[in-house]
Amino acid sequence: MNIDLTIAIIITMVGASTPLLLAALGELVVEKSGVLNLGVEGMMLVGAVVGFAVTYITGNPWIGILAAAFAGSAASLIFAFLTLSLSANQVATGLALTIFGSGFSALFGQPFTGKPIALFKSIFPDSLTDHPILRVFFDYSPLVYFSLFMVFAVWWFLQKTRAGLILRAVGENDHSAHSIGYSVIKVRYGAVAFGGAMAGIGGACFPLILTPQWVEGLTGGRGWIALALVVFSAWKPTRLLAGAYLFGLIATMELYAKAAGGSFRIIPSELWASLPYLATIIVLVLISLRHKGNSSAPACLGKPFISSN
Amino acid sequence: MGKHHQKKRRQIMRFQLEKKPEPSKKMLFATPILAVLLTMVLGAIVFSILGYDGLGAVREIFLTPIMNSLKWQDLAVKAAPLIIIGVGLSIGYRANVWNIGAEGQYIVGGLAATGVALFTHDMSGWWLLPLMGLAGMAGGMAWVFIPALLRTKLNVNEILTSLMLTYVAIQLLNFLIFGPWKSPTAYGQPQTVLFNADQILPYIIPGTIVQAGAPIAVFIAIMAWLIMSRSVFGFQVKTVGSAPNAARYGGFSTNKTIWLVLLISGGLAGFAGMLEVAGPFNRMVPSFPAGYGFTAIIVAFLGRLHPIGVLIAGIVLAITFVGGEVAQTTIGLPNAAVGLFQAMMLFLLLAGDVLVRYNIKRVRRA
Repeated sequence: MNIDLTIAIIITMVGASTPLLLAALGELVVEKSGVLNLGVEGMMLVGAVVGFAVTYITGNPWIGILAAAFAGSAASLIFAFLTLSLSANQVATGLALTIFGSGFSALFGQPFTGKPIALFKSIFPDSLTDHPILRVFFDYSPLVYFSLFMVFAVWWFLQKTRAGLILRAVGENDHSAHSIGYSVIKVRYGAVAFGGAMAGIGGACFPLILTPQWVEGLTGGRGWIALALVVFSAWKPTRLLAGAYLFGLIATMELYAKAAGGSFRIIPSELWASLPYLATIIVLVLISLRHKGNSSAPACLGKPFISSN
Repeated sequence: MGKHHQKKRRQIMRFQLEKKPEPSKKMLFATPILAVLLTMVLGAIVFSILGYDGLGAVREIFLTPIMNSLKWQDLAVKAAPLIIIGVGLSIGYRANVWNIGAEGQYIVGGLAATGVALFTHDMSGWWLLPLMGLAGMAGGMAWVFIPALLRTKLNVNEILTSLMLTYVAIQLLNFLIFGPWKSPTAYGQPQTVLFNADQILPYIIPGTIVQAGAPIAVFIAIMAWLIMSRSVFGFQVKTVGSAPNAARYGGFSTNKTIWLVLLISGGLAGFAGMLEVAGPFNRMVPSFPAGYGFTAIIVAFLGRLHPIGVLIAGIVLAITFVGGEVAQTTIGLPNAAVGLFQAMMLFLLLAGDVLVRYNIKRVRRA
C-alpha cells in the first residue's frame, strides 16, 4: 500500500469519525450524570440543519457551529425539562426527541436543498495542507482539532476537577449527592445541555466537513452509533476516541471499496453500507461478553430522581 | 444589594412532585386527549410564528380528514399498518422491552412476502395470500430474533440492536431490488414485477381503495385486547414490566416474556409489511419504508399501550398523515410539518404523564 493512499485514508477516517466523537463525548458526560438521553440522533439533526442554514446565510462556518451548538442545546432542554422537571420516562422522551429532530430538520432544511456551502477546511497554510506527508497532521477542519481537544477536556473535567467529581457522584448515587447538598437536577440539566451542544456540533460536521450540502436525514443513524460507542468506551473518553476512529475507518473502507472496484466488487456495496451498523452490534456483543455481570455503567443511569423532602 | 436579591429569590414559589399512591385512571384517559388538543393549539401558534397559516394548518391536518368523507378511505389505508405495528410494540413496551426497530422488521416482512410472491408468480390459488402473510410474519420475527437472542443470552440492549438492524434492512431492500429481484420489464427502474391477481389483497368496500388490511388491523387490536386483559400471558407481560421481582417470585420467566413480546412485535410488524406490499404497493419499490415503524412508536404511547387505545391512536396519527397531504396542496404547508406535529404530540403526552403519576404540590421555600 503506497503512502499517499494511506495518508488519504487516514484523513478521510478522521473526518468521518469526528461527528461521532463529538456527539458521543457529549452523551458520555450526560450518562455520567445518570441520565440516558436517546435523542442524540435528533439533536444531531437539529444541529446539522441549523449549522448548515446559518453558515449558508452568514457565510461564516464559525457562527454556523456556534448556532448548531445552541440549537442542539435548546433541543436537549426539551428533553431535560420533561425528564428532570416532570420526571417523564427517559427512554420514551429520548425517542420523542429523535422524532422531533427529524421532523424539525426536514421542515427547516427543505428551503436549503440543493444549495451549496463551502467546506469548513483547514486553517493552516497551503504549504502544510498540501505537503505530501505533513498534511496528515494539518489537512483537517478546525472541528477535528476541537474534537480531540474535547477528548482531553472531558477526561480532565471528569477526573481532575471538583465539578466533575460532583457530576460523577450525582450519576453514581443521586440520593447521597442530594443529601450532602448538591442539586441533582441542576447538575443533570447542565450535563444534558452540554450533551446537546456537543451533539449539535457533531451534527453540523456533516454539512460542514463531510458533504457541503443539505440532505434530509443526513446523519443516517450516527447518533445511535454514538450511543453504542459510549457503551463500548465503558464511559472513558480515551477509549471513546479509539472507538470513534474504528467506526470512521469502517465508513472509510466503504467509500474506498466503492471507488476501487476490482476484487472489492465481489462484496455488494449494500453490505459495505451495512458494515457500520453490523459492527455496532458486534461491538455491543463483545462488550457484554467482557463485562459479564459487572457493568461499568453509572449506577443511576436512566433512573428518575425525585427529591424526598 | 446581594442580600436583598437573595431574600427575593427565597420568596419564589416552587413546585414539587409527590408520587400518587396509585396512578390516576382519570388522567390516564384524559392526558392523550389533552395532548392532541394542546398540539392543535400550540401547532397553530408555532406555525403562525413561522409564517405559515397556522390555523389553516391545524384545520387541514386535524379536521379536514374527519369532515371530508372522501378522505375516510385514505384514513383506513394509513391507519392499518400503524395499528398493527403499534399493537405489537405496545405489548413489548408494557413488559419494558424496547423494540424500536419495527421499521426494519416491517421491511423484512415485506421482503419475505415479496420473495414468496416472486417464487409463486406463475401460480394461482387462494392459498397464495395466506402463505405470503406467514412469510411476512416469519420475516419480521427473523429480524427481531437477533435482538431477542442478544438481549436474553448476553443482556445486550435491544434498543440499539433493533435500530441498527433497521439500517441493515434498508440495505437488504436496496440490494434485492437493484439486483436479483429487479424487474426485467421496468425499464431499469429498481422495482420488482407487479404481483399477480391472487397475490394482491382483495378490496373490501367496492369503489374505494380500502383493502383487507383495515379490517385485519381492527381484528388484531381486539384480539390483543382480549389476550392482554383475559389471559395469563397478558398478566405475565404486565407483571414483568411493572414488578419484575414479583414476576420472578410468581414463577414468570423474564427471558421467556422478552422472547414472546419481541417475536409478537416483530411478527406483527412483518405482517404489516406483507399487507402493505400486497396491498397499496402491489410490488416492492425503494419507497417501501415509509416510516410506519417509527410512527407506530408514537401510536403505542398515545394509545397508552392499550390495544384499543392503540386502535384509536392509529386513526389519530393517520388523520395527521392524510391531513398533511391535504395541507400541502391547499395551503402549501411542507409535508415535513406533519412530523413536527407528531413529535409535539408525543412531547405533550409525555409531559402530561406527570399528572398521571404525581401530585404537583406548591411549596414555599423558607
